[in-house]
Amino acid sequence: MSQYRVLPGPEHFLPPAAASMGVYLPNPGEAHINGVIAPEEKAYEEAARQFLMAKVPTIFPGPLVLWAWNEKAAKKATAIRHLYNTLKECVQPGQKPMLIPMPDYRPKYPKINPEVEINPNHPNLTIWHNKIDCCMFVGVHCHQANLSLKIIRGGTSCYTIAMCAQAGHEDAMLSFRDASVEKIMKLADWVKKLKGTVQPRLATAKNGASS
Amino acid sequence: MADTHSVIGTKNKKGQTYTDTWKMMNEAPRTPSFFTGSEVIKEAVRRASCDVMIAYPITPQSEAAALIGELFAEGYIGDYFRGESEFAVMSQCAGAAFGGARVFTTTAGPGTMRAMENFPMWAGARLPIQMIVTCRGINSPLSIQPDTLEIAYLLNTGMLVWHAETAQDFFDWILKGYMVSEEPDVHLPLALCCDGFFVTHTKDVVNLTPADMCLPPYDPYRSPVPCMDMECPPVRMMRDPFVMKSNYISYATHASWQQEIWAAIERSRKHSIHWLNGLIDAENTDADIVIVASGTAVSQGREAIRLLEDEGVRCGLIKVKTLRPWPEEEIREATKNAKHIFVPEFNVTGWLAKEIRATIPNHQRVHAGPHVCGGMTMPPEIIVQEIKTALGMKSFSLAGRGS
Repeated sequence: MSQYRVLPGPEHFLPPAAASMGVYLPNPGEAHINGVIAPEEKAYEEAARQFLMAKVPTIFPGPLVLWAWNEKAAKKATAIRHLYNTLKECVQPGQKPMLIPMPDYRPKYPKINPEVEINPNHPNLTIWHNKIDCCMFVGVHCHQANLSLKIIRGGTSCYTIAMCAQAGHEDAMLSFRDASVEKIMKLADWVKKLKGTVQPRLATAKNGASS
Repeated sequence: MADTHSVIGTKNKKGQTYTDTWKMMNEAPRTPSFFTGSEVIKEAVRRASCDVMIAYPITPQSEAAALIGELFAEGYIGDYFRGESEFAVMSQCAGAAFGGARVFTTTAGPGTMRAMENFPMWAGARLPIQMIVTCRGINSPLSIQPDTLEIAYLLNTGMLVWHAETAQDFFDWILKGYMVSEEPDVHLPLALCCDGFFVTHTKDVVNLTPADMCLPPYDPYRSPVPCMDMECPPVRMMRDPFVMKSNYISYATHASWQQEIWAAIERSRKHSIHWLNGLIDAENTDADIVIVASGTAVSQGREAIRLLEDEGVRCGLIKVKTLRPWPEEEIREATKNAKHIFVPEFNVTGWLAKEIRATIPNHQRVHAGPHVCGGMTMPPEIIVQEIKTALGMKSFSLAGRGS
């Protein structure tokens, strides 16, 4: 097994792809946490715990769920909205859940508005600007998600979660695979279940910003 | 994600049944057939549910490309045409793959070199095109004969690179190759190489799967990148490369993009092991002497081992099946007992020996050779001679025959 661990950064000027460091993707029914294969059930609990610990827990929905291009996408979008609402209900005063879309992958020049969107070519700007310390990617094409996750790990201390509809993401600190409406709803259930049991890191938060 | 509607068990317009690939390759009955490698390529493509095939004639792949034209005439392939050159062909393959088609092409030697600019583009755009490379000489003076030097140039393109030994490998790997390269966590082009003429133009018994079974069609909705769009990367970056924008974030994105391609090659490891039953085949690796080879050099090595056994010298054999992903751990493990490692190759530079030297501890154990090139054959006797010379054993010189 690889000794490399996928941990919150800032890791390096140019961090390696976790796959190149020997980190494998989970098989169906599994997840990975910090680059180590884990039972999916454990990943739900850990993801919910990270959300509830964060000062600014944020969901980044991508084009695959933002646009109602099929019935399943629309249902997933509803589930993601439910997860966001659950987060808002379960956090403590001082925590600020956010829902920031990644509507497309076009490089945004001359300047992105990090208040309203995140972009895979410079995702760290949105993380830094909003002081996001925990985020979840969902509905982002795998290639673009990996670009983002690697850049975020390189330059910020944000904890990254991937709710991937395909094989998962080694470059996230925690990754689900084969994401479905049921899995998103189950994560919301775990957030509810852990409500009030997790101490937010408000006092000690470094706000995800590394600069 | 898109709703995935399973077509397994249904029929295509030619009456072939879309079949679970694992069942088709491992459980379906096989029919022994006596075919040339080119004919085997045709038979594999017949079962591959290809949408588009494009090629430009160049020896020794032309025959395979022409035979696939017959498949088009019979209705097994959606579209088929000859491009204006190899460069045009590979660009046209990209266009078809961007549009969501399963694409197949064939090339060789100077054609591979002429088209080279496209290969990192394919990989960067995550296009799971399959390209057969029937290797031949690339340099001046002209040679159409077998020579594997062009593989060295493919190794750093970001493509998957496999090296088939036999026509049977070819048949199986064409079909299995699509299964690996179309995985969403891989989704890279595959260069499936063989030694031209030795494989393409010689007949061999090949066990074929039933002709009325075919692969499930490609599902472009599982792609890790969105469909082609002039505003969306990678196309946007080709017309408006952000690498031209002088700021750190732009460079970081491009760097991260490149890393992702090589990460995808690493991810293919798991799938390649599953479909190919390992990245290498290894026999008798407890022996002091091991031959490591790829392509038809494996066959010659196997015969050399038989000759050496007659003289009481025991050798192991490692057949390297995938060059990308590179079987680093497997080769390190399989050569750990070897005192001498011989790497016979059909090229002048010895690229496989260099890769192995960079992989294993105590790399002075690697004897880079014997080499032949420019279309020369590699009689097993010269492998025997190389091994016996290194061991300090007396051997006759093949070059001296007839003197």
